[in-house]
Amino acid sequence: MHALKKHHLEDRLHVARNGADALEFVFWTGAYANRRAANPLVILLDKNLPIVDGLVVLRMIRADPRTRLIPVVMLTSSAEERDIIESYRLGVNSYIIKPVDFEKFGEAVRALGCYWMVLNRPPIDVRDLSQSNSAEVL
Amino acid sequence: MNQYHCEIMLIEDNPNDELLALHALKDRSVANSVHVARDGAEALDFLFCTGAFAERPPVNPRLILLDRSLPLVDGMEVLRQIRANPQTELIPVVMLTSSQEERDLLESYNLRVNSYVIKPLDHEKFREIVRELGVYWLAVNWQAST
Repeated sequence: MHALKKHHLEDRLHVARNGADALEFVFWTGAYANRRAANPLVILLDKNLPIVDGLVVLRMIRADPRTRLIPVVMLTSSAEERDIIESYRLGVNSYIIKPVDFEKFGEAVRALGCYWMVLNRPPIDVRDLSQSNSAEVL
Repeated sequence: MNQYHCEIMLIEDNPNDELLALHALKDRSVANSVHVARDGAEALDFLFCTGAFAERPPVNPRLILLDRSLPLVDGMEVLRQIRANPQTELIPVVMLTSSQEERDLLESYNLRVNSYVIKPLDHEKFREIVRELGVYWLAVNWQAST
């Protein structure tokens, strides 16, 4: 969060703290039934999440025509080859292992933010929308 | 390291863009080795170890930078074949192209491109972007070791 805020991306950031909340956000249901913003530019997704696991969230995002092309980056502490392969097979765009070191973690998030919010061109250009359009799932 | 080893595969038919990209990747050693294919057929031969590359050991590059418009076999078809082959389907592929057509964006993401980056016209910016691409995909991203 801090790393993204420093680069003035905070007003474009939505944080979901569990998998169920993330799914409600991306699919405009529950508390987000009236959400007006378009798809996020990128979703940063942790593998281990309460209620609904990160890989299940990824699978559901990729199974729905409204969301299946959204760039998703796995941001996780798991260095298990099994998790890396499964994530890529499920169509994740990038897989980042959270550095243990606090400062390095900040650097990794900064690099991620710059790459996916500035350099990468999402499938539908939503960068002109002012509403929150980047979701981070912690 | 043998003559066929490469960290980054650049599939690009424009000699100017090739030079700029190579310069950007070799500057400050972003990548130790870059293999350039100048058309889509040569790219597929390299990746699948066929034709002129039949003797190449099947070691995947860590990143493929793919132009959209290529002679012989188009960039989209190259991407389609990479994703259709179990040996190559998980290689990170970045479409690096001047096309901003929505159709091309959607088709690339549908074919499971990892990322889509527009080539800037400015040479200095192009070099900077290629360098950033190399750093992100080689040093920040983790890939499956297959």
